Amino acid sequence: MSMNSAPAIEASGLVKTFGGNRALDGVDLVVPAEGVFGFLGPNGAGKTTSIRVLATLSPPDAGTARVLGHDVVREADRVRERISLTGQFASMDEELTGFENLTILARLLGFTRAGARNRADELLDGFGLAEAGGRTVKTYSGGMRRRLDVAASIIISPDLLFLDEPTTGLDPRSRNQVWAIVRALAREGTTVLLTTQYLDEADQLADRLAVIDRGRIIAEGTPSQLKTSVGAGTVQVHVRDPARRSEAGRLLAEALGTPVQTGSDETALSARADDPGRASVALAGLARAGIDLTAFALAHPSLDEVFLALTGHRAETDTDTDAHTDAHADTHQEKTA
Amino acid sequence: MTTTPVPHGSAGLPDRALRDALATRPRPPRTGPLSASLTLAWRALLKIKHVPEQLADAIMIPILFTVMFTYLFGGAMAGSTHEYLQFLLPGTMVFAVLLITVYAGVNLKNDVTRGIADRFRSMPIWRPALLVGGLISDAGRNLLAAGLVVALGLVMGFRPAGGVIGVLLAVGLVLVFAFGLSWVWATLGLVLRTPSAISAVSFLVQFPLTFASNVFVDPQTMPGWLRTFVRFNPVSQLVEAVRGLMNGTAQASRIAAVLLASGLLVAVFAPLTMRLYRNQT
Repeated sequence: MSMNSAPAIEASGLVKTFGGNRALDGVDLVVPAEGVFGFLGPNGAGKTTSIRVLATLSPPDAGTARVLGHDVVREADRVRERISLTGQFASMDEELTGFENLTILARLLGFTRAGARNRADELLDGFGLAEAGGRTVKTYSGGMRRRLDVAASIIISPDLLFLDEPTTGLDPRSRNQVWAIVRALAREGTTVLLTTQYLDEADQLADRLAVIDRGRIIAEGTPSQLKTSVGAGTVQVHVRDPARRSEAGRLLAEALGTPVQTGSDETALSARADDPGRASVALAGLARAGIDLTAFALAHPSLDEVFLALTGHRAETDTDTDAHTDAHADTHQEKTA
Repeated sequence: MTTTPVPHGSAGLPDRALRDALATRPRPPRTGPLSASLTLAWRALLKIKHVPEQLADAIMIPILFTVMFTYLFGGAMAGSTHEYLQFLLPGTMVFAVLLITVYAGVNLKNDVTRGIADRFRSMPIWRPALLVGGLISDAGRNLLAAGLVVALGLVMGFRPAGGVIGVLLAVGLVLVFAFGLSWVWATLGLVLRTPSAISAVSFLVQFPLTFASNVFVDPQTMPGWLRTFVRFNPVSQLVEAVRGLMNGTAQASRIAAVLLASGLLVAVFAPLTMRLYRNQT
């Protein structure tokens, strides 16, 4: 825990209505002032609206929010001095070069002419855009735009950075680069609040996360807590001698009371464990029977399963999820099969 | 906790440079309203530098309408092209500048739809800076159009009796009115859904106002009802005042009326625009 124990965000009862649609329907949220906080939910759940309210862009219809100790409506200017926002769509001037974009923003933030140029160069270097700096942004790839967008948000290191779906539509390499930047920012002391509809992204980056659905926070905690709250984990073992796999399977099934899955790997076995205590009993049983294991693991359920358990419906994602075909893909298939 | 340690140089980013770029440093002093507005005006100029086509109509409308109307209709309407140019030129200057004031709305709309306005709105800068910066660069564009009309006119034989001072004052008066009118487009830029809708509205409003005026012809030959419309048309008022300044026959009351109208436009539409801009959701 850092010395600064006041939360970065305290919101209570936020309501925002557009026409007849309650985009926020009483959002209560506390975000600690350190690390990466994930804000997870499907399209249209209220993630962007929440961020816009918290970043002072859109006043709430009801409820209050304090960001870094300041009220987002009455002390909006104080909030703006300490936050930065990277919106969902790259908000750069397409016709200008990356260098010019950053220089203009640095000038607006009070840098001298020379200081602004230096800062722009420094950011372009750090974000792997040094060579592209002199080209107009419309020639940039999606990943380059995103990095430039994030760079623009940290010209002055903010205490709190809002990243709205920072990797939507990016290829895996670009996504990894954005992740590396987010982790580095958090290490340097910036609190990052990122929204995502990708469960693996929240799992990879977030220290804590909140799940939002239909304008309400439906769960909050560490990724592990959320998964544990759903109950199920999976015991995965690899036996040294494939000949003893069926014996091992029988023992596991007895100890865990759940059916055992076998895959094409003839040393692999897995079974659901509703209680971690029974998993250790099962492993001890294998050892007593003299069955050597080359590997074992107790895997948490994926966040997709968490989402299903919490909302009763699957996380709806866009069609462009190719870039995010994640490690949990197998699990999804098992579940739906 | 699931955060995994990242090895140096991961993801193909230069690790040391990244760390340097992220290091916290002292915050520079906050910019004032003027400096923020000038920076955003400079931004607009940089855009013109990269996409000079943006100036196409600021250059083509003055040339087209001054040359075309003078030589096409001059002989028929005033007996000689030279005579007609004396009458027409102040009018085409007003016409050319007013038509391109719509950029104030179109550019603002583009900044809003592309999320750039959101970035500025979430920064600790004077809120109207984006609007004011845009209007400063628009004034440059308007001056270019006005200057082109005058230069072209002088080459074609326009001889203003009001002299250099009269012409400069006339240009100044047009720019003042254009500034007032720009706030109307800025308001529409925040109300209408697309940039092309703003252009369409501007076209529908400006074409009748500029043609049913004294820009191209003397209203004496018009039917009575139209003459009444032309007389109360604000564009006619502006053209009368500009003609007066260029011909050295300026009437203070006409100039005062234009300044008053400009002031009214600003007084109504500037706060309205700011209100809409502040409350964007």
